Amino acid sequence: MTDEMWINMGPQHPFNHGLWNLRVKLKGETITAAEPIIGYLHRGWEKMVENRAYPQIVPLADRLCYGSSLSWNHLYCLTAERLFGVEAPDRAKYIRVAALEMQRITSHLTWLMAVGTDLGSYTIMTWSIRERELFLDLLCKLSGARMTYNYCRIGGVRNDLPENYERDVNRTLDEFDRRLRDLEALMDENEPFLMRTLGIGKMDGRTAMNLGLTGPILRASGVDMDLRKLDPYEAYADMKFEVCTHTDGDVYARYRVRMDEMRESMKIIRQALAEAPAGPVRVKVPRCPPKGNVVCRVEDPRGESLMYMVSDGTERPYRLKVRSPNFVNLSASPPMLVGFKISDVPAIMGVMDMCIGETDR
Amino acid sequence: MSQVIVYDKPDRSEEEVASAIRAKFPSVELLKVAPRRLHFRAPRESLFELCKFMRDELAFEHASCVTPVDYLDHFTVVYHISSWTDHILAEVQVDLPRDDPTVDSIAPLWGGANWHEREAYDLMGIVFKGHPDLRRIMLPEEFRFHPLRKDFIVGRRV
Repeated sequence: MTDEMWINMGPQHPFNHGLWNLRVKLKGETITAAEPIIGYLHRGWEKMVENRAYPQIVPLADRLCYGSSLSWNHLYCLTAERLFGVEAPDRAKYIRVAALEMQRITSHLTWLMAVGTDLGSYTIMTWSIRERELFLDLLCKLSGARMTYNYCRIGGVRNDLPENYERDVNRTLDEFDRRLRDLEALMDENEPFLMRTLGIGKMDGRTAMNLGLTGPILRASGVDMDLRKLDPYEAYADMKFEVCTHTDGDVYARYRVRMDEMRESMKIIRQALAEAPAGPVRVKVPRCPPKGNVVCRVEDPRGESLMYMVSDGTERPYRLKVRSPNFVNLSASPPMLVGFKISDVPAIMGVMDMCIGETDR
Repeated sequence: MSQVIVYDKPDRSEEEVASAIRAKFPSVELLKVAPRRLHFRAPRESLFELCKFMRDELAFEHASCVTPVDYLDHFTVVYHISSWTDHILAEVQVDLPRDDPTVDSIAPLWGGANWHEREAYDLMGIVFKGHPDLRRIMLPEEFRFHPLRKDFIVGRRV
C-alpha cells in the first residue's frame, strides 16, 4: 500500500513545451488526479490591445502563437473586417486559404517534432523540422518572414503572390508528399511508438464535446466537426476536401488525424492557388469602425479559435476577447490522464500540441 | 469500433431554434437572427434554465466562450454556445449590475465553460455561483485587482 502524492511536472520540465505546470496525484505510478496550472506567460494581451489602434494589433496577433501565427493574424483581420463592414477581395480570400493551409502543415510538423522528442525518437524530430523548413521557405517568400508573418491586413493581404509562386508551391508539395510517407512509415512501423500510443488517453466523443474539446483531438474521438465545413469562412466553401476523423479516441488516433489532415491541406493549397481569380488583393478600410460587436470563429490547427470584438466607434477596440482552443483543450486533459501511468503523460500531453502563448495570452 | 458522429446537414433552421427558445422563455429577448448566428439577451435569473434547455432540448453540445465586458455602468457577460447539430453559434448576453456581478455558472452543464468562467472571475471579477472551482487562473492568488476592468489603470503599481 503506497501513499498518494502530488508531483509537479513543470513549469520547467522536458515534456512540457512552454512554461506551464502539470500537477499529478500518484498512487504508485498510476495517476489518480491531475491539475494543469497556467499563467506563467500571461502578458495581458486583451488589456494591451484595448490601448492600440486596429492596424497596430495585426502584428500583435501574430505573437499569440509562434507555431501558427498566421491563423491568429488571419482571425484578427477577419473579425475586424466584419466589424468594419468590409470584405476582402476574392483573390485575397484564396491566397489566405493557401497560406493558412501551409501554416496548418507547419504547425502540425512542429507538433510532430514535439511528439517525436517526447517519445524518444530524435529522427522524427529532425526529419519533421527539416520538412517544415520547406513550408517556412514558401511562407517567407510570400510574406518576408519565417515565423511571425504579419501578412493579413484588415481588408485583404499585404501583397500579391510572388512570381512563379504556384510552380514553387506545387514542386514543394510533390516533394513533401513523398517525405510525408517516409515520416508516416517512421511512426507507424515503430513498435515502441505504437506501444506508447495505442489505447492511451482514451476519451469518447460525447464527453469530449461536453468538455469543450475541438480540432484534431475531437475528430480523433469520432466527431466529424470541422469549422471549415460547418461554418465556412474565406473561400473554404469552394474547396473540396475531406474532414479527417478516427473513432478510437486515443493518442494514436490523434496522431493519425493530424497526419491525414496534412494530406487534405495539400489538396486545399493546390486548389486555392489554381482557382484564385485575378484582381486586387486589398481594399481600403475606414479608420474607425461603427459601434457594435462581432463574433468570428475559425478552425485553427488546434481547434476552434474565436474572437469577440466590441467597438465603441473610436479607433481602438473597446474589448477584444480571444478564445484559444488550447486553453480549453488543456482544461479537459485531467479526465484523459486519470487511470494511466505517469510514463504516459508525455504521450497524452504531447499530442495536445501545447502552445502557451495562446493559452495564457 | 464505434461510429463517427456526423454533422453534415443542420437539423433545424435558425428560426426554428429561435422560436423554440421564445416559446419557452418569454423573458428572453431575441436581438438578431443571421445565417448560422442567433443573438439573445437574457435576464440573469433565467440564464441557467435557458442554457439547460438549449443543451438538453436543442442540441447545443458545446460552450465556445464566456466573455465578460465592462460597460462602466454595468457588466455584460456574453456566452457563445455552439450547436454542431444545427451549425448554429448562439450568443446570449446577460447584463449584471456593477455592484453585484454574480451570475449562475454554466460549468455544471458544459465542462468546457469551466476555465472560461475562472478567467472571467480572475480578470474581470465576475462571480459565478455554483462553479466547481472558482479560483484565479492567470494571476497569482494574492493579486488584489481585476485588471480587465475599465477602471484599472494600465501601468499602475499593484
